[in-house]
Amino acid sequence: MPLLQIRNLTHWFGGLRAVHDFNLDLEEGELVGLIGPNGAGKTTVFNLVTGAYRPTAGEIWLNGDNLVGLRPHQITAKGIGRTFQTIRLWNELTVLDNIRIAHASRIKYGIADSILHGQRYRKEEKEIKEQAMELLTVFGMEQYAHELAKNLPYGAQRRVEIARALATEPRVLLLDEPAAGMNPGEIGELLDLIQQIRQDFGLTIWIIEHQMRVIMNICERIKVIDFGETIAEGTPQEIQNNPKVIEAYLGEEAF
Amino acid sequence: MRKLYLPLLILLLFVIIIGGSWLGIINDYWQLVLLFIGINIILTVSLNLINGYMGEFSCGHAGFMAVGAYVSGILTVWLFAEDKVFGPPVLPVAWAIPLFPLALIVGAIAASLVGLLVAIPSFRTRGDYLAIITLAVNYIVKSAIENMEVIGGPRGFVGMKRVMNNMADVFDAPWLLIWTFIAMIAAVLIIRNFMASTLGKGVEAIREDEVAAELMSVNTRRIKVIAFMLSCGLAGLAGGLFAHWPGGYINPGTFTILKSTEIMVMVYLGGMGSISGSIISAIGFTLLLEILRPLGVFKWVVIPLLLVVMMLVRPTGILGNRELTDVFPKLRAFFGYEEESYALASD
Repeated sequence: MPLLQIRNLTHWFGGLRAVHDFNLDLEEGELVGLIGPNGAGKTTVFNLVTGAYRPTAGEIWLNGDNLVGLRPHQITAKGIGRTFQTIRLWNELTVLDNIRIAHASRIKYGIADSILHGQRYRKEEKEIKEQAMELLTVFGMEQYAHELAKNLPYGAQRRVEIARALATEPRVLLLDEPAAGMNPGEIGELLDLIQQIRQDFGLTIWIIEHQMRVIMNICERIKVIDFGETIAEGTPQEIQNNPKVIEAYLGEEAF
Repeated sequence: MRKLYLPLLILLLFVIIIGGSWLGIINDYWQLVLLFIGINIILTVSLNLINGYMGEFSCGHAGFMAVGAYVSGILTVWLFAEDKVFGPPVLPVAWAIPLFPLALIVGAIAASLVGLLVAIPSFRTRGDYLAIITLAVNYIVKSAIENMEVIGGPRGFVGMKRVMNNMADVFDAPWLLIWTFIAMIAAVLIIRNFMASTLGKGVEAIREDEVAAELMSVNTRRIKVIAFMLSCGLAGLAGGLFAHWPGGYINPGTFTILKSTEIMVMVYLGGMGSISGSIISAIGFTLLLEILRPLGVFKWVVIPLLLVVMMLVRPTGILGNRELTDVFPKLRAFFGYEEESYALASD
């Protein structure tokens, strides 16, 4: 059974149909791309899957659990992590706190313990901090732990966002244009990072990207949408030569 | 054993203030000032949780203070004093000494339940709209009290002086000051500890980016309910203490939007999201009010003017978003105040 199953996902913004009949089966361990021109509805699909929007119609199943109607933090706790198209770190907090807070769903101590700081609290907090530091070490960012997130360079902020998503312990990681605004050197590092975390954390990755270099290099399968409709699906090579895709990106006159 | 410096310093302060008041070294006037400083610290630190750490705009804090003041005031008068409305004391007067803090806690719980009512609209509205809702709650509480003739209506509620006198008759000590001091330390510790926990950090994540917080597994609704109930409960605690002030009366006119504004001014002067800033500004502002007393009504010209100057010169407040230990790192070392978060780097 696929890890993530999406069936006939449809979403209307008032009179605008942003996503129509979107289907996807994501097998465990796959790395799948989602591409399409600006305004095609890619991020909307991510927002529907993570619960930021509630779909007008359709079903989303993660490992047999229905995700539709759950609140975003519940969906995240079930195992879907994500990053954002524009960086949405908590700027005035330290990098370590950014990672720590993403452990929220696994806190077992109660409100009283959070005030009284009992034994259980100290044990759990110590674990959370250790895990957070470990994660930062994997990303080679332990020296930034006590910096405010806003003070980090752009590429580092992107990495912290991925680390924060991993701190929620996802099974499926959704990356929304991770290479946006990066130079070719940084993109190379990003590709290595994605491959590495995929192996180390046993992740299934679903990625939205505009940089063809990223998509063509790492995706095993690509889905193309335009105006909310799926127009093509296949391997990178198949997609590259698909006339519908070329039309969507370059316009009809290109033929 | 450096960790003991701060508790020892607090203990020393406690001994000086309470001992001084007991022996009459600190006169009645200064005892009153100290009482107001303690109450204002609780109010400022608690409002800072919502307006500073969570970044919401609650401007009806005096309403929650009023709930705590009336509930605990009525409770102590009913239980421990002879009263026109409630008749003879229900319990032996001597019990007032151990049960007084319980009455304060009941007032705090009542205020935090009203806070729950405000937390619910905060799920849907933010910013200006939430400000209007909290303002409305402030007016609702005030009008409700004004229309309850049993508890004095607009004339106010009296009798707390008899409770305090009864307590002093049983054993002579500055009871109110003792409990205000303890409540102030408790309030500061509650906010400090809560905001140091990963659970409490969710409050700051909501301020920075609520959508991202929810998507990164923070249960934002639960956190908002906790924050509102905690903040309003502490305001109720401050109200309960205020109800027993030597003046001996409370009336709804005390808990108006003006009082709420006063608390907000203290929060913004001290710096949002800064506990030490709140403490400093609560002390400073209370003293300033006393120093400017000779000006009479004109102090309400001078104080807003100071606020305007402050906003122009230093819009983040005295210690915006930082603590005293961040500004003076040596303090941190001196008090052995190594936050747990830094302990990890060394092991």
